Amino acid sequence: MYAFLISLRSEFFKTRKTLAFLSAILLPLILTILISAGFFINAEKMVPYQPMIQWMRFSSAFLGVMGFLLLPMLVIFQTYSVNNIEHKSDMWKSLFSLPLPKWSMYSSKWVYAVLLNALCLSLFAGFVLAAGQLLSLLKADLRFNEYDFSGLLLKIHLKMFLASLGILSIQFFLSLLWDDFLKPMGIGFLLTVFGIICNNLGWKYAFTIPYAHPMIALQKMMSQTTPGSTDFELLTKEVYISLAISLVTFIAGYFVISRRSVR
Amino acid sequence: MIIETRGLSYFFGKQRVLDNVSLKVPMGCIYGFLGPNGAGKTTTIKILLNLLYSSANNVFVFGKELRHSRIEILSRIGSLIEQPSIYPHLSGKENLANRAMLLGINSRRVDEMLSLVDLTDSADKKAGKYSLGMKQRLGIALALLPDPELLILDEPTNGLDPNGIIQIRKLLQKLTSEHGKTVFVSSHLLSEVERMATYVGIINKGKLLFQGTIDELHGLNTTSICIEVDDTVSAANILLSNGYEADIFADTIQMPFSSKQQMGNINQLLVNQGHTVFSLSQTKHDLEKLFLDITKN
Repeated sequence: MYAFLISLRSEFFKTRKTLAFLSAILLPLILTILISAGFFINAEKMVPYQPMIQWMRFSSAFLGVMGFLLLPMLVIFQTYSVNNIEHKSDMWKSLFSLPLPKWSMYSSKWVYAVLLNALCLSLFAGFVLAAGQLLSLLKADLRFNEYDFSGLLLKIHLKMFLASLGILSIQFFLSLLWDDFLKPMGIGFLLTVFGIICNNLGWKYAFTIPYAHPMIALQKMMSQTTPGSTDFELLTKEVYISLAISLVTFIAGYFVISRRSVR
Repeated sequence: MIIETRGLSYFFGKQRVLDNVSLKVPMGCIYGFLGPNGAGKTTTIKILLNLLYSSANNVFVFGKELRHSRIEILSRIGSLIEQPSIYPHLSGKENLANRAMLLGINSRRVDEMLSLVDLTDSADKKAGKYSLGMKQRLGIALALLPDPELLILDEPTNGLDPNGIIQIRKLLQKLTSEHGKTVFVSSHLLSEVERMATYVGIINKGKLLFQGTIDELHGLNTTSICIEVDDTVSAANILLSNGYEADIFADTIQMPFSSKQQMGNINQLLVNQGHTVFSLSQTKHDLEKLFLDITKN
């Protein structure tokens, strides 16, 4: 366990100045600023709505972009970045010649990629809540401050996080296998587009495609929430499948990597 | 023995890159692992570090079988394989600090290592902007960081200027003589190994062709007598019938040298038997030729 923790600490130390880490902070920040600016300029269109509806419209602007394309692509980029730092410097031979268990190096990298994703989604939720409060201060007609949306927003992001773990594990494995950007990125992008098409066409087995899970999860949440009832089911079928795929890929990935020679 | 391989063979696909290699590296020596490019040096080193896997349990380090005691063995080894592996976006100091963190080493040792390899002034510069020699020195500092009992270095003087090479040589000699470390160092340069090593292993095409002390290697480096006479075959027969070892090579007689007196006796013998001796000279093969002779077959 100690080896795992120091490996995890080392992952942060190595990546803290790279885009792998900074993207988890900058992306939610920049997107929040841009969308908030849009709502600030067009605040009058939101005025007629109840505070809760204002929140839903505001957060939907983020979640729509996130669920369909941004979250899968962000996960693809982050997993690539976490592993590319070793590929780029030919560091695998050096890492695997250290007196550390291979599982600790492998799992700390995977956990770090998961933590980056969690950080990014937490910041999205935090920035949206902060931006809502700020908009209320700047525009008195916007009444975000009259409704506590935090619980629901955090639950939405938690569901998105869980639904994205399948993609994360697959992409993590692909970027471990290949040291170039195009293969994992290209495959990830194609499968994301494939997932979107299958889901939009209403294919009944679209829930089996991990790259469609964030989108399906989002659509289910939207269909379950109404102005009268904001509750929705957290652990739905696609979330369970995402978790199962994540677990299986994580374990399979370890067996492949641990038996692989470092040339 | 600190390192011992027993009939180690290794294949890349169907190509045999190591053929029955039996290394024996004694404690406290500098073992020069010599061979031309592509001879199998790096493959051997990667097997010793468990980066490539031997199909049988035939690699022993510190007396323990490598696959069953991987972590215990690696915790006593510092290594540098091929080009030094460093994170270019981190400074030299951060590269060492990261390694110290992973190995649970006190961060004070980072500054000691920087000073040892003369990188203190460039400690905060990004390692990606280091020259090749500086990167190599940082790689050596990373290998030395855990104060290992065994250092395995693959071509450590690559990219170093003559001063840097001398520094590294002196450092390795000091580590063995004053601190009791063992150094296993590969090189394709005979002169480098000759100056640094106390033991030598010569590998070519995956086969270990020589292994022994540097004195034993020099012992192979014999002096011979080269004789030019009017009738080479007849003169060689006379020498053989008088109990000398003699070979004919390109119209000359070659025979082992033992003393100047012996040369005089041979001259007298041949002249007395009616031969005209055109020349009689000593030929000393240098180690370079010896290395080429060993590795050309």
